[in-house]
Amino acid sequence: MTDLTALSVSEALAGMKNKEFSAVELTQAHLDAMDKARHLNAYIVETPEIALKQAAESDKRYAAGTELPLDGIPTGIKDLFCTEGVQTTAGSKILEGFIPTYESTVTSKLFADGAVMLGKTNLDEFAMGSSNTTSYYGNVVNPWKANDSDADLVPGGSSGGSAAAVAANIAMLTTGTDTGGSIRQPAAFCGVAGIRPTYGRCSRWGVVAFASSLDQAGAFGRSVEDCAHMLKSMSGYDPKDSTSAKLEVPDFPALIDQGVKGLKVGIPKEYRLDETPAEINAMWEQGIEWLRSEGAEIVDISLPHTKYALPAYYIIAPAEASSNLARYDGVRYGLRVDGQDLQETYRKTRAEGFGDEVKRRIMVGAYVLSAGYYDAYYLQAQKVRRLIQDDFKKAYEQVDVILTPATPSSAFAIGENEDDPIKMYLNDVFTVTVNMAGLPGMSVPAGLDSRGLPLGLQVIGRPFDEASILRTCRFLERASAFKAKPQFLMNKAA
Amino acid sequence: MAEIIRGNTGDWEMVIGLEVHAQAITESKLFSGAATAFGAAPNTQVSLVDAAMPGMLPVLNMKSVEQAVRTGLGLNSKINLYSVFERKNYFYPDLPQGYQISQYLHPIVGEGEIEIDLPNGEVKKVGITRLHLEQDAGKSIHDQHPTKSYVDLNRSGNTLMEIVSEPDLRDGIEVGAYLTKLRMILRYLGTCDGNMDEGSMRADVNISVRKVGETEYGTRCEIKNVNSIKAAQAAIDYESRRQIELLEDGGSVDQETRLWDPAQNVTRSMRSKEDAHDYRYFPDPDLLPLELEQGYVDDIKKTLPELPDEKKHRFMDSYGLGAYDASVLISSRSRADYFETVANDRDAKLAANWVINELLGILNKDGKTIEESPITSENLGKLVGLIEDNTISGRIAKDVFAEMYESGADPEKIVEEKGLKQVTDTGAIEAIIDKVIADNQDKVEQYKSGKDKLFGFFVGQVMKESQGKANPQMVNELLKKKLS
Repeated sequence: MTDLTALSVSEALAGMKNKEFSAVELTQAHLDAMDKARHLNAYIVETPEIALKQAAESDKRYAAGTELPLDGIPTGIKDLFCTEGVQTTAGSKILEGFIPTYESTVTSKLFADGAVMLGKTNLDEFAMGSSNTTSYYGNVVNPWKANDSDADLVPGGSSGGSAAAVAANIAMLTTGTDTGGSIRQPAAFCGVAGIRPTYGRCSRWGVVAFASSLDQAGAFGRSVEDCAHMLKSMSGYDPKDSTSAKLEVPDFPALIDQGVKGLKVGIPKEYRLDETPAEINAMWEQGIEWLRSEGAEIVDISLPHTKYALPAYYIIAPAEASSNLARYDGVRYGLRVDGQDLQETYRKTRAEGFGDEVKRRIMVGAYVLSAGYYDAYYLQAQKVRRLIQDDFKKAYEQVDVILTPATPSSAFAIGENEDDPIKMYLNDVFTVTVNMAGLPGMSVPAGLDSRGLPLGLQVIGRPFDEASILRTCRFLERASAFKAKPQFLMNKAA
Repeated sequence: MAEIIRGNTGDWEMVIGLEVHAQAITESKLFSGAATAFGAAPNTQVSLVDAAMPGMLPVLNMKSVEQAVRTGLGLNSKINLYSVFERKNYFYPDLPQGYQISQYLHPIVGEGEIEIDLPNGEVKKVGITRLHLEQDAGKSIHDQHPTKSYVDLNRSGNTLMEIVSEPDLRDGIEVGAYLTKLRMILRYLGTCDGNMDEGSMRADVNISVRKVGETEYGTRCEIKNVNSIKAAQAAIDYESRRQIELLEDGGSVDQETRLWDPAQNVTRSMRSKEDAHDYRYFPDPDLLPLELEQGYVDDIKKTLPELPDEKKHRFMDSYGLGAYDASVLISSRSRADYFETVANDRDAKLAANWVINELLGILNKDGKTIEESPITSENLGKLVGLIEDNTISGRIAKDVFAEMYESGADPEKIVEEKGLKQVTDTGAIEAIIDKVIADNQDKVEQYKSGKDKLFGFFVGQVMKESQGKANPQMVNELLKKKLS
């Protein structure tokens, strides 16, 4: 019998439509797999009752011939999306036990299209991190292992649980959010596809805010096509989010097979960093070669302000976070640690409720916004942001999409890079520019490094042109014929 | 002339500017759909956004924007087509987000000017610096429990318009006149109910003192918790003398925020400049900059009512009223409308007289507003008409008025039913006069021998005999003839 957890979304939809298996069977197969994958710690909360109930409803619709676009597809929801009646923690102690009375727009849309919720996936606390080690609920273990070590590896972050779940076949699709690379970097580390659409494509309503001007929801899947299905369901204008875009949502799955012939692909010279490992650059060259041989036009471009993106990002994101996280004060919900007076209650609640990385960013953020430093830091960073946007605008006069590596390394061991926050921040070097410019970007697995770990390529598009990204990534996915499976699944099979 | 305070070292003047927080009249809050009505049970008008639940986002209420633009136009101020909402960050339990969404560098309304009317009849121009939109905070309640405080978020997120004046005011009287005029304009526009006792209009007073003739400003203090015009004036009186005393004793004024204590009639230090919050303002990333079109502003302009100053000048020009009467009548829109109905095609000065001296007099005594008047404007108009065409005398009119106030009845009916029509028939009046003369022969002798003062006595007797209905002018004329 086929392993139901290994199917693609299209295969699963066809299987249910043709009555080869039911949505309940598909969901149960995933719940069973989750049982055996607990050590990965990909989920903070599992919701089997909800999943089976939703699946039973899907089966009714299949029986009636009224099935929805994602009917019965087992899905993991990053625990940054508020889910009605289900604990939502943002990976933080300060929200432990918080059960929203409302459903985020994105999850509402997914459920309205028939998606089944398996549970809430683990993440870095308040989505701040690149390793999923800042979660109060423990780190996530990457299903991949290097061929030269038995050490547990990080799945990347912040959407580490979502990436690991898809890689380990304990979810067919998962949601993520990407503020500085939090979808694309873990996708690359876990050998799966992950797309961050254009800022404004998906509603932020009901998503716990990290940095409002950079946050954007997106999708993980084991293939580009799977991501396209999910993205279509998640997207769309929402009057409850003032930054949401009033645009039609294209039929993404129908647009992915148009090929890359004649497509102009930009290669930014500023992404060739001295410190990038040779294997990463080689992977990039390989990607360029695949595209060229298929008839894409390769264009060398310049994005001159790239090197300022990371420092500017680490001013703007913490600034917004310092303000967004002020509401966690112990007064209305979540953790409260009582003190002698109001000030002490604030101090104790926030000292106990937040982890070190979150505190670090709150302090940096408060500092860069404070009187006397605002102009030198925050305002300057906003100017840099504008220059980065202009860089891309100019580039897109010449090219349709841009190809870069997704990350400067493959997955590293848990505990590595922990000594120095800056080292950790460097993980975002290829991804933050996209957030700073509000652009869509996708990471697609393209090969393995010498240690047997997946490497990703990143494709960046024009605003609201996710279709061109999907189509380019679909081609790269085929060209690379990436078939490798993480050790976790191979061990399971054996 | 503004008040001058005589100190030991010379004459001092006050320099005052006001920050008025006016709650805009809107059905729902500035960034959420929750209701805004005053007086609801605690925490019953709170949306997920107002309670700052995780993941909630603000959506701008365009009615609030319309009210701000309307107010800006009413204050003769520049409307900024581009404005930005920023976050003002500080922690307090009645501020759920941990920041207030406000406008800072780019307010929706810029500079303008209004006229204030001083009691001595002088008119003074006062500059408006800006008006910006911001969220109100909730309310902390400290008197319900010995050790705990309660928070009511009903008010949290309501639309406030902060109206900042230039430091153009020079004493408590000017401050009173400014607040009165501002409240009048807001009420005319329908953008704020101006009820200071319900907190829908609140003022912070910025005050400094300087020697008369000085052109530099002194160090100012900001006084909060000023909840009425009287409180503002009392706070100014206290604070100006406190500052002068400090300076005359060789000290200096510290720039600080002070709290008005209405029980003790003093201001107390709340926080010094050093303790001042660093609010870490920055543009709210959840909201796009607000960009308006000129056409939108023009459309609002077309719907503005006639404003108090325009109305005052029209009352003076077309009804021939004096500045004082005109300003009394325009002090509310309903009062002005009432007057205009009374004066419709009638003697406007007489109408003004009846509205101001008779009607407002008794309404004031009874603590009623003109909306609560038992006499409709149509009926008061009829009464004025009856006087004007000599149907009744002014004296009889007062009786009719009293009855109208009791019963709300139509004056024409009252006059008809009670037979109060003035007697203008010469023969009838002469008959009465003859009778009075016959009954008072001794007084006639005295009058004729030079006691002129007795003329009033005869008038009184004739009026009494006619039950007040004789036309007084005719009585005068006929009496003179008969007694000569």
